[in-house]
Amino acid sequence: MSQLASLTLYHNDEARPIIEAIIADNPGVRVLNMPGAVKLDCEGALVVKRASVEERLGREWDPQEIHLVLISMAGHLDEDDDQFSVSWKH
Amino acid sequence: MSVVALTPDYEKHIEFRDLEKNFHGNRVVYLHWEQHLSFCSAIAFPLPPSMPFAAFVEAIVKPHYAAHPDFQRIDWSQVVWMIDDEKKTPDMDKSLEENGVKHKSLVRFWTPGLEGYKGSAS
Amino acid sequence: MTAKKLGLKQRYAHMTRGLDWETSYQPIDKVFPYDQFEGIKIKDWSAWEDPFRLTMDAYWKFQAEKERKLYAVLDAFAQNNGQTGISDGRYMNVVKLFLTGVSPLEYQAHRGFAYAGRHLRGVGPRVAAQMQSLDELRHVQTQIHTISHYNKFFDGIGEFQHMHDRVWYLSVPKSFFDDARSAGPFEYMIAIGFAFEYVLTNLLFVPFMSGAAYNGDMSTVTFGFSAQSDESRHMTLGIEVIKFLLEQHPDNLPIVQKWVDKWFWRGHRVLGLVAMMMDYMLPKPVMSWKEAWEIYFTEAGGALFQDLARYGLRPPKYADIATAEAEHISHQNWAIFYQYTHAAAFHTWLPDAKHMDWLSEKYPNTFDKYYRPRFEMWGQMAKEGKRFYNMALPQLCQTCQIPMGYTEPGDPTTICFRRTQFRGETYHFCSDGCKDIFDNEPEKYVQAWLPVHQIFQGNCGGATIPDVLAYYRMNVGADNMDYVGSPDEKLWNEWQADKIKTAV
Repeated sequence: MSQLASLTLYHNDEARPIIEAIIADNPGVRVLNMPGAVKLDCEGALVVKRASVEERLGREWDPQEIHLVLISMAGHLDEDDDQFSVSWKH
Repeated sequence: MSVVALTPDYEKHIEFRDLEKNFHGNRVVYLHWEQHLSFCSAIAFPLPPSMPFAAFVEAIVKPHYAAHPDFQRIDWSQVVWMIDDEKKTPDMDKSLEENGVKHKSLVRFWTPGLEGYKGSAS
Repeated sequence: MTAKKLGLKQRYAHMTRGLDWETSYQPIDKVFPYDQFEGIKIKDWSAWEDPFRLTMDAYWKFQAEKERKLYAVLDAFAQNNGQTGISDGRYMNVVKLFLTGVSPLEYQAHRGFAYAGRHLRGVGPRVAAQMQSLDELRHVQTQIHTISHYNKFFDGIGEFQHMHDRVWYLSVPKSFFDDARSAGPFEYMIAIGFAFEYVLTNLLFVPFMSGAAYNGDMSTVTFGFSAQSDESRHMTLGIEVIKFLLEQHPDNLPIVQKWVDKWFWRGHRVLGLVAMMMDYMLPKPVMSWKEAWEIYFTEAGGALFQDLARYGLRPPKYADIATAEAEHISHQNWAIFYQYTHAAAFHTWLPDAKHMDWLSEKYPNTFDKYYRPRFEMWGQMAKEGKRFYNMALPQLCQTCQIPMGYTEPGDPTTICFRRTQFRGETYHFCSDGCKDIFDNEPEKYVQAWLPVHQIFQGNCGGATIPDVLAYYRMNVGADNMDYVGSPDEKLWNEWQADKIKTAV
């Protein structure tokens, strides 16, 4: 049975580079647009890479800044200095 | 005792909040007209146990269901009554108590042939 | 030579561990007297892992930033008379229900997590519970601040706290939290941290707040998403607590399973109010309750319980019944409020033809067959000047305290009646789920303060409806009754007329 890892973010200018980085780095990601929010789902795991966000943002980005635009999530979370991920893997 | 409590004597401090004695001589009776879900749920009344069943029908049942278009078509001689899961023919002259209506009893009734607005159970 | 910078994980360990001390003149069990009576066995508190490695300094920094953004939106909304730009005056009634029914729960959650934070002896869960306690206090404050702007214009808001403690339908969310807060700290963590925050709050905050945005209520969506951004931390706390308990000792499994079953069902019942808000109260609906349930319970809950199966935990009992009820619950709840509109602190209305078509499309199995006829009948009656009211008080479920308006699983034409006997007394329930909860702890639920019975006992201001409404501090004729004919409607229509005039 399917196990989707998921992140829901604000749909605004601040979150846009993060959304774009997620779409680029997670092949097969499903995008559900809602007014004000966007839900990104991916089978098994979903990762946000600091380098990908920085490339789009044009400045340094601390993965913990995701707290400012994160609305919801599903999966076990892991964060370090280089990435932020949710997954159902052990 | 099945509740898991911090204090071993928890049971001694329980307040049974809805005992019959708290209702000033009345008991709580629930009433429901089946197949007429415009009335969203059974309705509740505090009633004296000595109230004759006939008075219950006239003073409680009829006025509270009169708003429904099916109400005028009820043949009261055909009504099927159920008191707490038991189908019964109540003795209209006897009291609620004598008819087996206890504190927090549920009185349900069916009106054969009437199944709500356009047969939708509404 | 510069010192090597610590990585996030090491930095977090430094900032959050080794902060405790061993007791010297008191036994540790006396310092933490509440974390054993529930029967939960913990062998190693240090095995607790925080998924979000958010230290206090980073917490303040991010929370302050969120507040700045929220208040910038609120100020802009007030300066622009944002209240005149919502989709329709009817919309405001979801905000009223939110403030009276949900915001006081944020405060209750603040108290509950402060209690858990005090009484769990491991430093990891204690820090996490304290942080969540602060978040919940922030939520209630920002919600009150946001909605206070609407209170200048619309009825039904001013006495929200008083109403929460007294009004019949508000006893549903209130008793939910009272139940959790009067449990032990571990049950509280499973009830609110896991079952409510992880499994169910997405259903409240995501589609509902998205609905606020879609209906022009930028202030509510902003506090909603701002609160929900804390919620992802709360969700990880919820999932961590359940993993931790299940990993610590096999004896914990049956206790945790019982709590998961109980709190899933209780949460499902409370969220029926949200179902009604989404399907009936948003003038511009975004997603049906059934769709939201599929995404956030069937799909997200499915992944979660698949994962937890490795501990022997099964999905909540009656999850299948709750999923089947997603076809019915919003319609049945709106019907309850429509007929008791005289006793509710928000306005009701019948869905118009266009809205009913939307409901038909979203609920092809049930709406036209069971619910459209009900609304059409009431519409006909209203047209004839005989607006339908229920003039008696409803029978309430002893556990969830909702009027017993739910139908038998598999038979939407028959009310589901369940009852049980305890020490010679009879108790009634809306469902097997609510009956099981009572039967597991009858001593607790015989004490329930059921609004209808309290009115009959003479504890709610008097025997007549006006007496009781005065006890609720309801401003009769303004706060209650239909939207059509209300002062809210009059005001809204004036604003619309002004707009047209300005345009000309």
